[in-house]
Amino acid sequence: MKPAPFEYVRPDSVAQACEMLAADEDARIIAGGQTLVPMLAMRLARAAKLIDIYRLPELNGIRVEGDVLVIGATTRQVQVERSALAMQSTPLLSKALPWVGHPPTRNRGTVGGSVANADPSAEIPLVAVTLGAEIEITNPDGVTSMPADDFFIGPMLTSVMPGDCVTAVRFPIWRHARVGTAFHEVSARKSDFAFVAAAAQVALDEDGKCIAAALGIGGVGDRALRLDVAKLVGETAGTARLKDIVAEAAAVLEPSSDLHVSAAYRMRVAVAFGVRALEDAMTDACSAATQSNRGAKQWR
Amino acid sequence: MEVTLKVNGRLCSADVEPRKTLLDAIREDLALPGSHAGCEHGVCGACTVLLDGEPVRSCLMFAVQADGYEITTIEGLAPAPGELNVVQDAFCETHGLQCGYCTPGMILTGHALLQRTTEPTREEIVEAISGNICRCTGYGQIVEAIEFAGERLRKANAPRDLKGAGANQPQVDPSAETDAPQEGVLKAAEADTPHGDRP
Repeated sequence: MKPAPFEYVRPDSVAQACEMLAADEDARIIAGGQTLVPMLAMRLARAAKLIDIYRLPELNGIRVEGDVLVIGATTRQVQVERSALAMQSTPLLSKALPWVGHPPTRNRGTVGGSVANADPSAEIPLVAVTLGAEIEITNPDGVTSMPADDFFIGPMLTSVMPGDCVTAVRFPIWRHARVGTAFHEVSARKSDFAFVAAAAQVALDEDGKCIAAALGIGGVGDRALRLDVAKLVGETAGTARLKDIVAEAAAVLEPSSDLHVSAAYRMRVAVAFGVRALEDAMTDACSAATQSNRGAKQWR
Repeated sequence: MEVTLKVNGRLCSADVEPRKTLLDAIREDLALPGSHAGCEHGVCGACTVLLDGEPVRSCLMFAVQADGYEITTIEGLAPAPGELNVVQDAFCETHGLQCGYCTPGMILTGHALLQRTTEPTREEIVEAISGNICRCTGYGQIVEAIEFAGERLRKANAPRDLKGAGANQPQVDPSAETDAPQEGVLKAAEADTPHGDRP
């Protein structure tokens, strides 16, 4: 369990890191290292040079820019988990974070690292796909960004090109008055890799009618997928025919079998969790509204 | 590569290969073998150390990444040589260990949790140690040990209980005929007794 030798460098800026990365095709970025280090130790991955971006101050931080929550790539998962700003702006992300690894790995692991690693069962990529986040990428030519849907290609496979470095993830903030979220996951042990995970976010109008809905399923296929639940718009919480809508939308999933669970199990649970997540998100949206009403009364 | 690590409050320099994990550097170069090498790929938690007070896996970072942090290993918890910290003592008391391999990681994780709150719920304790694998105890006594250590920490500076009066109530003994009640004056606070007043 010892990695093969490599060279270690710590650049002073993102630009310098990208130059180093572009100059050496066997170089890799390291930040939290919670996946890369075991991969190196088991020699499933090799690198001639590790470029450590963990301490670059410009990459760490959580801020709101208009209707977007911007999370710097090396922001530690625990920072997001404990962030009041993230809880307010993207509660779905905050609900998913306790499911990411274990507390000690969240203390070192980064948001950008989880996204760049693109594990099909990872929670942060699932939330990114569900909410339609943008992944910001920096390379020697400048800064670009791409939708999460295009970024994730397959298991541990992304659209990142040699010389590219993920520098931020931009999560859209829903500004509706009544927004509810829910996250469900099943794994062999708590915080292990998810067999199936479901993330849902809905917005309701004053009468409890759905005006926007998003549902994402992770762990089932070779990447997290956003299901089309547009039919939910106009339906009322409590009476919506969720099961039919989710079952129809789940047809796009391509579940796989492994040592732990079968494809049929994954499909069944994906539909059940999809329904449950949407139901809970609607209930959450209803209670969010009562809470804000209560707050308003107190102000008067 | 030369690296300077601050371990248990002491600055130590070591010449390490970049591929050397923090765990191996602590064990081999700094001669602190209390952090255990278990799986060496981030699954078992036996190598847990505290980095600026937060538990992390020392097998999942390289020594060359660890400069500038306050690193605490199990050797750095006890207040003085030959003594135990309150969490270590609680583990002894509640039989929170058997073979002892996972214990340094468990104790550091429990210690970090109790630094944030001395009144963790059972669920919070279970979540905190969820990344530490124990193959002997079945976890029951480990959870109990952390609960017990929390209880002792809460009581450590609490005023002595008088006739059921709580810590935040005025210490008035209605049956006392004089200002200073005689009974119990010399009784040590519970946290100071060797077995916490347990038989």
